[in-house]
Amino acid sequence: MAEELVQFLADLKEPEALAFVEKSLAEGTDPASLLDQAKKGMTLVGQRFADGEYFIPSLIFSGEILKGIIQRLEPHLKKSGEAEEKLGKIVVGTVAGDIHDIGKNLVVFMLDVNGFEVTDLGIDVPVDKFVDAIKETGSTVVGLSGFLTLAYDSMKETIDAIEKTGLRDKVKIMIGGGQIDDDVKVFTGADAYGRDAMDAVKLAKGWIGG
Amino acid sequence: MEKQWHEMTADEKQEVQFQKLLTPKDHEGNDLKFQSSEAEVTYKANINRIKDAIQMKKTPDRVPVSILPSMFPFLHAGMTPQEAMYDYDKCIGAFKEFILEFKPDMHIGAAVPGPGKFYEILDYKLYSWPGHGVSPKHSYQCNEGEYMKAEEYDLLLMDPSFYFQNFYLPRVFGALQGFTMLAPHTGTLEMYGLAFNYVPYALPPVQDTFKALFEAGAEALKWAMAMGVSNGELTALGFPNPAGGFTKAPFDTIGDTLRGTRGIMIDMYRQPDKLLKALDAFVPIMIGMGIGAMQQTGNPLIFMPLHKGADGFLSDEQFKKFYWPTLQAVIVGLIEGGCIPFPALEGHWDSRLNVIQDVPKGKTAWMVDQSDMARAKATLGKNACLVGNVPSSMLRLATPDRVKDYCKKLIDTAGKGGGYIMSNGAFFDEANPENIKAMVDFTKEYGVYQ
Repeated sequence: MAEELVQFLADLKEPEALAFVEKSLAEGTDPASLLDQAKKGMTLVGQRFADGEYFIPSLIFSGEILKGIIQRLEPHLKKSGEAEEKLGKIVVGTVAGDIHDIGKNLVVFMLDVNGFEVTDLGIDVPVDKFVDAIKETGSTVVGLSGFLTLAYDSMKETIDAIEKTGLRDKVKIMIGGGQIDDDVKVFTGADAYGRDAMDAVKLAKGWIGG
Repeated sequence: MEKQWHEMTADEKQEVQFQKLLTPKDHEGNDLKFQSSEAEVTYKANINRIKDAIQMKKTPDRVPVSILPSMFPFLHAGMTPQEAMYDYDKCIGAFKEFILEFKPDMHIGAAVPGPGKFYEILDYKLYSWPGHGVSPKHSYQCNEGEYMKAEEYDLLLMDPSFYFQNFYLPRVFGALQGFTMLAPHTGTLEMYGLAFNYVPYALPPVQDTFKALFEAGAEALKWAMAMGVSNGELTALGFPNPAGGFTKAPFDTIGDTLRGTRGIMIDMYRQPDKLLKALDAFVPIMIGMGIGAMQQTGNPLIFMPLHKGADGFLSDEQFKKFYWPTLQAVIVGLIEGGCIPFPALEGHWDSRLNVIQDVPKGKTAWMVDQSDMARAKATLGKNACLVGNVPSSMLRLATPDRVKDYCKKLIDTAGKGGGYIMSNGAFFDEANPENIKAMVDFTKEYGVYQ
């Protein structure tokens, strides 16, 4: 029974997953082990997405099922002090002036299920906020997202600001979004661009390892 | 005796539409006076070139070239998007300068910025626009959300117009709260009891809503008249605007602004049958929207921005189940109604080309953003005119020579045998004017068919 929840979540079986959690809790199963199974299930979802078996709706729905599981587990979970070991730290956000977040959220999701500690700064993120977040978290990778052509300038300004504060050689910077390609990479001074959330994971793993 | 419109075949309707474009009228319904005989010749040559490219019956004299910008004409004129949205005269002035400077064979009018004041009067929540949530120098952007709730499919399906009036509109327009109080019009049947339905119109929130609508309507008219003046002027100068309005794929209609991306994707799992019913229900609505726009403007080209069908959003199976059948039905319905659907494949659509090529030949034009053009030509391009594919990043950042090289490749592959209109692939704000010029001028020179 140990791995049933992993499969239910990986196969996107919402009613089965939630019923299993409720039944297990009633039977006195350790909620922490259920949470662990749920996380394993999410990792499988991420893998299937990377393999081209799953697409965006599956990612979004898996997140929704996980939310339901956590809601049921939360009252039973003790606050544990031990933090999970992560591969590395990454700051991600949609650059100033741009409020698009679908692509950015997918990148955050995939980095997270692949074991990175992601600081998601949200949308329309001012240049300084990126700089501050890099300093505060000690992140070594930065992901800049943008959908509009105006994002080219905001990305460049953000990277220039990172350069000015002396952090440029401490971080690798990747960019992505609707109209981003090699020309934009060169223009903004980023280290790489990615076409999708899998590219972001590949780039981060290449830089951080894991 | 001449055939009535409703008796005509799709072929005949399309022919009538092009004849109408070839004989433009002024606002009083008289033959439009061109500014010069040269302008008239240019105008008609442009229309015929576009017609040949779309119909695919004969090769045009050369590859037509269009520019499809969002805020570029206004930024290029030194204005902010905010000014373009609030000063209609400045907006159409800048657009005219833009057309006269670059001289494309067709354009889709100065309507992209839209009337800022109108959105303000209605307190529009669905978008942020310059000065209202985004900076004056940036363009408007959509605020995604669940404007329709997961449990509201039955309500929507029962009576979409009532649902839009009483639920959706008050959520996206702060000034239309009074609509929540109105009774459905379908309750107006007999004398007895009738007056009860009309009591809400006495209430202050409803009256405020109608006051806002009158004011917004007046503003919309002011703007629309400026657009009319602009189109008339540009036509007289030889530059046609065949665009008649827009409609959407049912999946995007529900997924963009009703349920939102997250909402519709969850519905695909939790309530697929209701979603499929709603998608079907939107087919006639979306066809009617396109035909209605065509009737209002008199122009046949109906733009359809396509979003969530792009590569990666859905699996092949999901695309074939949820996205394509109702989009195809809308396209066919528009064609039968005398429109020329103009869908835009935003992003990459390489994995969809085999499916979407199943459209009636010579009846549509497809704006291609980043899909592989050779593959697009070999599939969709067998039946449909392709438009675009010059990347926004290239127009902004590359040299004119690289733009020319790219356009040469496009003309050699996508342009082969006709059925292609040179253009940018995605709507753009910023670009290097030299690159736009290179795209247009090079096409006029190299794109001539022998």
